[in-house]
Formats: sequence, C-alpha cells, structure tokens
Amino acid sequence: MNTEFITTERTLVTALTASLDTDAADIVALRSRLTERAEREDLVDVAYRVVDSPIGPLLVAASSTGLVRVAFESEGHDAVLDRLAGQISPRIMRMPARTDDVARQLDEYFAGRRHEFDLPLDLQLVSGFRRTVISHLPDIAYGSTASYKAVAAMAGNPTAVRAVGSACSHNPVPVVVPCHRVVRSDGSIGNYLGGVDAKAALIALESAA
Amino acid sequence: MSLPPFEAVVDEYGTMVMRVCRAVLGADAAAEDAWSETFISALRAYPDLRPDSNVRAWLVTIAHRRAIDQIRARNRAPLPTEHPPERATSDGDHLPVDDDLRAALNALPMKQRHAVAYRYLADLSYADIGLLLDCSEAAARRSAADGIAALRSLDLYETRSNSRRDSAS
Repeated sequence: MNTEFITTERTLVTALTASLDTDAADIVALRSRLTERAEREDLVDVAYRVVDSPIGPLLVAASSTGLVRVAFESEGHDAVLDRLAGQISPRIMRMPARTDDVARQLDEYFAGRRHEFDLPLDLQLVSGFRRTVISHLPDIAYGSTASYKAVAAMAGNPTAVRAVGSACSHNPVPVVVPCHRVVRSDGSIGNYLGGVDAKAALIALESAA
Repeated sequence: MSLPPFEAVVDEYGTMVMRVCRAVLGADAAAEDAWSETFISALRAYPDLRPDSNVRAWLVTIAHRRAIDQIRARNRAPLPTEHPPERATSDGDHLPVDDDLRAALNALPMKQRHAVAYRYLADLSYADIGLLLDCSEAAARRSAADGIAALRSLDLYETRSNSRRDSAS
C-alpha cells in the first residue's frame, strides 16, 4: 500500500473531523438541556453533583425517592458512582435540579446556619439492624454526641455495640445522617469513613455554632 | 461487570455523536436535535443494554435512526430541502475550508456520506456499517472508499493545512 495515500487520507480525515467539531460551550449547553429533559421525562434514576465543603468535596446522589448517598473524596467519587450504577441503576446523570436542595442545605450546615437537615432520604443501600441504627442517628441532637453503646440502646439492642460501629461506618449518607456524633464511651472520637480529622472538624463546627 | 454511569457515556461519546450527526445531516440545528434525540433514546434503553456491548456502535446505530427521523421531518416540512451548513460564528478556529469540506460532504450520495461518517468519524467496522446501511460488508467498504476518494479529489485538505499555517503566522 502506498504510504503517501495513507498520509493524505489521514490529513483529510483530520480536516473533516475538525470541520465538524462543535464549540465546547455549545456542547455544554446541549448537555445541560439533555439533563433537564431527561429529568422531565423521568429518565434519571440517580442524580448527582459534587458539593465543596470544609471537609473536602462531597459527592451527593439522589434517587427519585431521596438522598441515597453522600461520599467523601477519599472513597473515590468515580468508584462510588460505578457502584451506584450496579446497585441502583446506570441511568445516572450529573447536576439535575434534584440535587439543588441538598447542596443548599449542606452549604447552610457548613456555614453553621442549619442544625437539622430537612431532606427525603432513600436508605435502600442499607438493610436490617444497620438501617435501624441509621434511622436513629438523627435523634442525637446537633452539637451533642452519643456513645456507640448509647446508640445500641436507642436502636433496641443494648449489647450490639460493635454492630453499631459497623452500621456507622456503612452509613450511606454521612454528614446528613450524623454518624459523626457517635463516639467512644471513654470520650475518644472513634473512627470515621471520611477520616478522623473530618469527624473532629464536624464536631468542632457543631460545638462552635 | 455492570454498565458505567450514563454521564460517563455522554462524556466519552458526546463529541463523536455530534460529529456524526453534523456529517449526516449537514444543518447544525437538525444535528443538535438528532444529538439530543439520540441520547434521550439511549438513556431510555440504557438499563437493558448488555454490559459487554459495543457502546460506540450501539450509540451510532441510534444516531443513524434519529438522523433519518430528522431527514424525514425535513422532507415533510415546506422548506427548501438543501441548506448550506450553518456556520458556528463563535468558533475562533473556523476556516472557510471547513465550509467547503462540509459542502463537499453534503454533496456526496447519502450512502457514501453515511459510510464515511460511520467509518472515519465513529470508527465502526465495515461489518457494523453494512448492518446499519442494509448492505454487505464489502459494499460498505466500497461506499466509504468512494466517498473518501471524492473528498480527496477536491484537494481541500491541502488548502486547509496551508490556511492553518497562514492563520497561525
């Protein structure tokens, strides 16, 4: 085969490709209209966006039922989205209006102006005793803490202290459901999926407000 | 193994599908409509796609159908059927030869234009293109080659690389 032919053909294809390219801004506008229409036509099973916060960027994801996942940067946002695609649905889109409310409430929370979240939750990613534990965590008041043991009692199983620890570390919606308010009986801070520093920062934020 | 989030599919293939829609339809407004309809159709069907599918070929198949919808709608509409390609006025990298190339592409017989777009812009196999265009693999290959030969005979690509140099200097 003639190499000159290949070269010129490649040049032609490069030129053709360039002649058909769209402005980046036009693609952004098209994508944003696509997302709006997808949401209107009820084709978005999981909507997400990334919210900046003092403890790093947080991925927030909402199903049609409610907030289903909050993820720390350390979890790897792409990895979390890949898992959500398998766990819930691959119809996952960024930035639909559905996530506006959670973004606004998180901003208010981190500014110290919001002490309780008022959001529909979707706890489909947890079941059994873990779910019972997580549904009791909002009973721990803003600015206070409770021991793993106390939470075990709240959840109706006072001896299940380790299971409470496990439930907290599997909380799919941290920050919004305050597993950071659960600490060890000796007053030490205990573990946190987002890191011990993040947990300490949240406790400090709440005690300052 | 599961399907990636749909947003990642738009990230990866959005630009390619737009090029294909513009190549096949010529007019940019119709291409934008076809692009949107392609991704809405794809999103609707996405959960049923087998995870080991060729997502690129799947999307181009949908784009092909949605572009044909646009052509049918255009033929029904009481408007002139031949539009020159609209110019993206905000495109700082826009060169006159882009219009010439696109006009030449639009002047190709429909089957050649499809074959060129699906082979050279979407990187589909000739077997896949044959399925799309309802012809044999060999016929798809021939259509793409004829289309490319017609475009090459215009020597437009030389003009383009020259004007690129001029505009850069």
